[in-house]
Amino acid sequence: MARLTEENIRLAREIIGRYPKARSATIPLLHLAQEQDGYVTNEAMAHIAELVGASSAEVFGTASFYEMFKFEPVGKYLINICGTMSCALMGAEELMHHAEERLGIKMGSTTADGKFTLERAECQAACTEAPCLQVNYRYRYRVTPDQLDTLIDDLSAGTLSSEIPAHGTVAVIRQHIPADRAVGAVSPELVTENPVWLDGKAAL
Amino acid sequence: MTGGTWKHAPGFYAGDRPQVVTSRFQYEDSYTLERYLATDGYKGLRLALARPANEIHDEVKNATVLGRGGAGFPAGNKWGLMPQGVWPRYLVVNGDESEPGTYKDRLLMECDPHQLIEGCLIAAYAAGLSQCFLYIRGEMALAQERVATALNEAYAAGYIGKNILGSKFSLDIVLHWGAGAYVVGEETALIESLEGNRGMPRLKPPYFPAANGLYGQPTIVNNVETLANLPWLLNNGAAAYTAIGTATSPGTRMVAVSGHVNRPGVFEIINGITTFRDLLYGDEFCQGIRNGNDLKAFVPGGGSAPWFTPDQLDLPFEASQVGPAGSMLGSGAIMVMDSTTDIPRAALTLTRFYAHESCGKCTPCREGGTWLERILSRVVDGKGTDADLDQIFEVGESICPGAFPHASNEKLGIAAVPFPYRMNTICFVGPSAYAPVHSALTLFRSEFDARIVKRTMIKVTAVSE
Repeated sequence: MARLTEENIRLAREIIGRYPKARSATIPLLHLAQEQDGYVTNEAMAHIAELVGASSAEVFGTASFYEMFKFEPVGKYLINICGTMSCALMGAEELMHHAEERLGIKMGSTTADGKFTLERAECQAACTEAPCLQVNYRYRYRVTPDQLDTLIDDLSAGTLSSEIPAHGTVAVIRQHIPADRAVGAVSPELVTENPVWLDGKAAL
Repeated sequence: MTGGTWKHAPGFYAGDRPQVVTSRFQYEDSYTLERYLATDGYKGLRLALARPANEIHDEVKNATVLGRGGAGFPAGNKWGLMPQGVWPRYLVVNGDESEPGTYKDRLLMECDPHQLIEGCLIAAYAAGLSQCFLYIRGEMALAQERVATALNEAYAAGYIGKNILGSKFSLDIVLHWGAGAYVVGEETALIESLEGNRGMPRLKPPYFPAANGLYGQPTIVNNVETLANLPWLLNNGAAAYTAIGTATSPGTRMVAVSGHVNRPGVFEIINGITTFRDLLYGDEFCQGIRNGNDLKAFVPGGGSAPWFTPDQLDLPFEASQVGPAGSMLGSGAIMVMDSTTDIPRAALTLTRFYAHESCGKCTPCREGGTWLERILSRVVDGKGTDADLDQIFEVGESICPGAFPHASNEKLGIAAVPFPYRMNTICFVGPSAYAPVHSALTLFRSEFDARIVKRTMIKVTAVSE
């Protein structure tokens, strides 16, 4: 636990290599750390700081700004119920109340068995499908209290584990830029001329 | 359960209208390279590369492709603001959709990622941009996966990278993703975030991205939907593009209508012509207010926009008419409230959003937004007083000095105050916290009055004599 694993260091270097300045990789690397440990540890932030050439305080400064990064363990399933206007108009407050009763916890906390964390999220860009929620950032639309019960049952029973990875993993598919196709990132200080295709002629 | 014409494009209704950006939504495999190539995919890029870059820039300028992110500034003109002779220039794609009520960029990324990629390539070629960063909102797992897959496919097939299609045009497109912060949708905050920092907006001037953006270089920040328009534009030409819509608002627009309508949905509508009445009541759109109720109010352009009432239903989707009427079109997001709506409570859901999302850089927003939320919560809970309602206006005045825009209302006998407002903050988050509560108080004062505690004074009677 803690510092990035060998495999993740390799991935981290690949990600850093895509940016003209290494610091730009900070947020993607924080996601990588959270994917590894389920939350972002101090050791991981120190490691990321070494990799991108920042201080660990700077990395924590960045990380703490963003809602998705957690600095202590959260449940395996993070349930985010949207509470902004469109969802609120369509019953999100009642849905949250139901979730609190069902899980026996208050919004913002985690069940004793470490399985579920319940949060109120802000607008999730599914406003026509209100009320909506996300479990580890996977959508459920037009959710009724009954459907929420079924969802919690399914998550508890593990029947959705192939569709919804444990908290920390967001996208399961990564970008890979093949070496023979990559233009490569260049530090802006080293570029002094216009791109070659801006010569007043067609490129093809 | 999801709404929409197709299950794989939740909430989207195609209807019988021109489709500039949603033509592939009908296919279940709309996001694959195979489907994209079978439906004229990357043809626009080929057409672009066969002409000099400046001609492509002119084509986009001539089509007046308005920015679809909120401000509505023409993309071709935005590209023209970059200083001559300063290299490199960057392209940053704003896929951080999170304005309350807005749901369109996510659909475009999930259902047709190649169209967005082709748009990026065309923009980079036309404006001489050396590298592209595609910034997708952190919470959108599926959009990130679909775009990652599409980028991998397009690299392998030679559409991205070195010497694209054997030409002298080369471009890397890097997938970047956020971690949950509404304010990062503001373009200078987006750049801060992309540089690995806290996503706080920069002061403009001097940090106009076109002149001083990513790493201090000229940078174009364009919205997902804006760029998604470009492949169609190249395939069909500026004349065909401007033939749709009106002269000042050409083309189509993605609009999401949510809340108390019979059929909430995302629609590609004709810009400048379609009215709010069409959208809310039309058969091809939302088919009226739920349960046959009356319409009470609607937010016409995302949570930041001042509210409209039935008085404004006949306005078209045209900025030059909606602005003077006291609001904005913003990000194409309409939220509808029927007669059963508890207005103070509805306003609170928005004000709370902006108070929560304030980055803390500007005092009027950091403090004012929180004050507004607390005062409004108190009023909603039945613990507010007369003084609280005055205080709301006072706090609002510290965020936005002067008259704040609002709609006219015949019954109340008030005239419109036109958009925009003056502001004491760097970005629009602070004013956006005030907009909902200001609209609600201005248009529905009686609902607040009914909620507040009337103080009864102890009667002082003469005891002597």
